[in-house]
Amino acid sequence: MKISLTVNGKTMSGEAEGRTLLSTFLREELGLTGTHIGCDTSQCGACTVHVNGKQVKSCTMFVAEADGADVSTIEGMANTDGSLGVIQQAFQDHHGLQCGFCTPGMVMAAASLLEKNPKPSEAEIRHHLEGNICRCTGYHNIVKAIMAASGQEVPAVAAE
Amino acid sequence: MYNFEFVKPSSVDEAVAALRDEDAQPLSGGQTLIPTMKQRLNQPSKLVSLTGIADLVGVSSSGGVLSVGGATPHATVAAEAGDYPALAALAGQIGDPAVRNRGTIGGSLANNDPAACYPSAALASGATIVTNAREIAADDYFQGMFTTALDEGEIITGVKFPIPQAANYQKFEQPASRFALTGVFVAKYADGVRVAVTGASNDGVFRWTEAEEALSANFSPNAISGLTVASDDMISDLHGSAAYRANLVKVLTGRAVAACA
Ligand SMILES: Cc1cc2nc3c(=O)[nH]c(=O)nc-3n(C[C@H](O)[C@H](O)[C@H](O)COP(=O)(O)OP(=O)(O)OC[C@H]3O[C@@H](n4cnc5c(N)ncnc54)[C@H](O)[C@@H]3O)c2cc1C
Ligand code: FES
Ligand code: FES
Repeated sequence: MKISLTVNGKTMSGEAEGRTLLSTFLREELGLTGTHIGCDTSQCGACTVHVNGKQVKSCTMFVAEADGADVSTIEGMANTDGSLGVIQQAFQDHHGLQCGFCTPGMVMAAASLLEKNPKPSEAEIRHHLEGNICRCTGYHNIVKAIMAASGQEVPAVAAE
Repeated sequence: MYNFEFVKPSSVDEAVAALRDEDAQPLSGGQTLIPTMKQRLNQPSKLVSLTGIADLVGVSSSGGVLSVGGATPHATVAAEAGDYPALAALAGQIGDPAVRNRGTIGGSLANNDPAACYPSAALASGATIVTNAREIAADDYFQGMFTTALDEGEIITGVKFPIPQAANYQKFEQPASRFALTGVFVAKYADGVRVAVTGASNDGVFRWTEAEEALSANFSPNAISGLTVASDDMISDLHGSAAYRANLVKVLTGRAVAACA
């Protein structure tokens, strides 16, 4: 079947089967490989994107369910001149990534949090990231980056 | 995953017709179904998406009853079930934000995972499960782990929850899966207290009737201090023994009652 999506503001289309996952479609049909597949079992959140403004795990949604939807991916998080967006820059400034595998999902989850809650507390950030796993950073620097991206003072976080 | 035919009807009648095919199955949020299809534990020939049926989504309240459409995502219940705060709080604790944006009440109740949250709320509230064909009382609906009163091709179109005077859900989270290792939902109505337990029993969600009697006579955590929960039918796995779960049932019931005050 033919699928059309608006991805990061641009209309894109391609061919899919019933079983084609949104993550597969983005990566293999549209060539947008910024969305990562970590577990493929809805545990890790590396594949997080927004569908009609809502954060979802793209490995656990059929692209047919998203036909006609507005999708945002990590590729849309940079500024139009190609420089890093606010959240991305904060991750770089605060060393919020090491291998970077989880980062696309972390940034998309953070963006969704900040849209609803522009000044989250540390506890709210940690709660919101429950579905995003990072095997490298120990999370502290990710929390700091999101604090900074929301324009708040970056706290000394617990257990440092 | 094996391929299948995908259809997305816009009415319940069309969905029911599409489900008449052999091996057709409803698809709601997909948060349970897609992982099981990837593991080839489930291989429908056709998936009938319920997410395009506007009538199945939404929360409304009237005459002391909160009604939730069968395909309403957990995040919507968390945000809009303010008239039944314990239910909204339960929905807001399911999984993580992405799971709550997709997963739905109908999918959760149809699946009846022994560790799922909603079954405890439905049973403790004496809710009514509404389908395309009939209305089923929660007491008749849950029939053991992953087993319900639903017939082949029957769709949950909504759930009606009588709103209690006070209620609370205590979820003892299994931190890796974020499901309930054990969860207890206590609801106090004018005609008595109901206590439903999830995550603990090999038979799935159940009512702890001894606690209900004690709490109906005296709604305080002390009322259950003399009771014990038999561990014979409790789940035992690497996360907790049967005795541990039996103890959790009592501890969490006490906490839920205390939180109602
Ligand atoms: C990481 C993760 C964490 C989770 N944590 C929790 C948790 O803490 N607590 C909890 O309770 N759950 C948890 N879940 C499960 C989640 O709530 C699922 O969304 C839910 O169990 C299934 O709902 P669904 O809408 O996704 O159903 P689907 O996956 O679409 O369907 C599940 C089953 O129900 C059938 N079905 C779906 N809708 C209907 C309907 N309206 N009528 C009849 N049959 C129907 C389908 O055919 C299928 O057999 C978690 C899931 C994940 C992935
Ligand atoms: S790849 Fe989707 S949640 Fe891990
Ligand atoms: S930076 Fe390596 S997984 Fe998060």
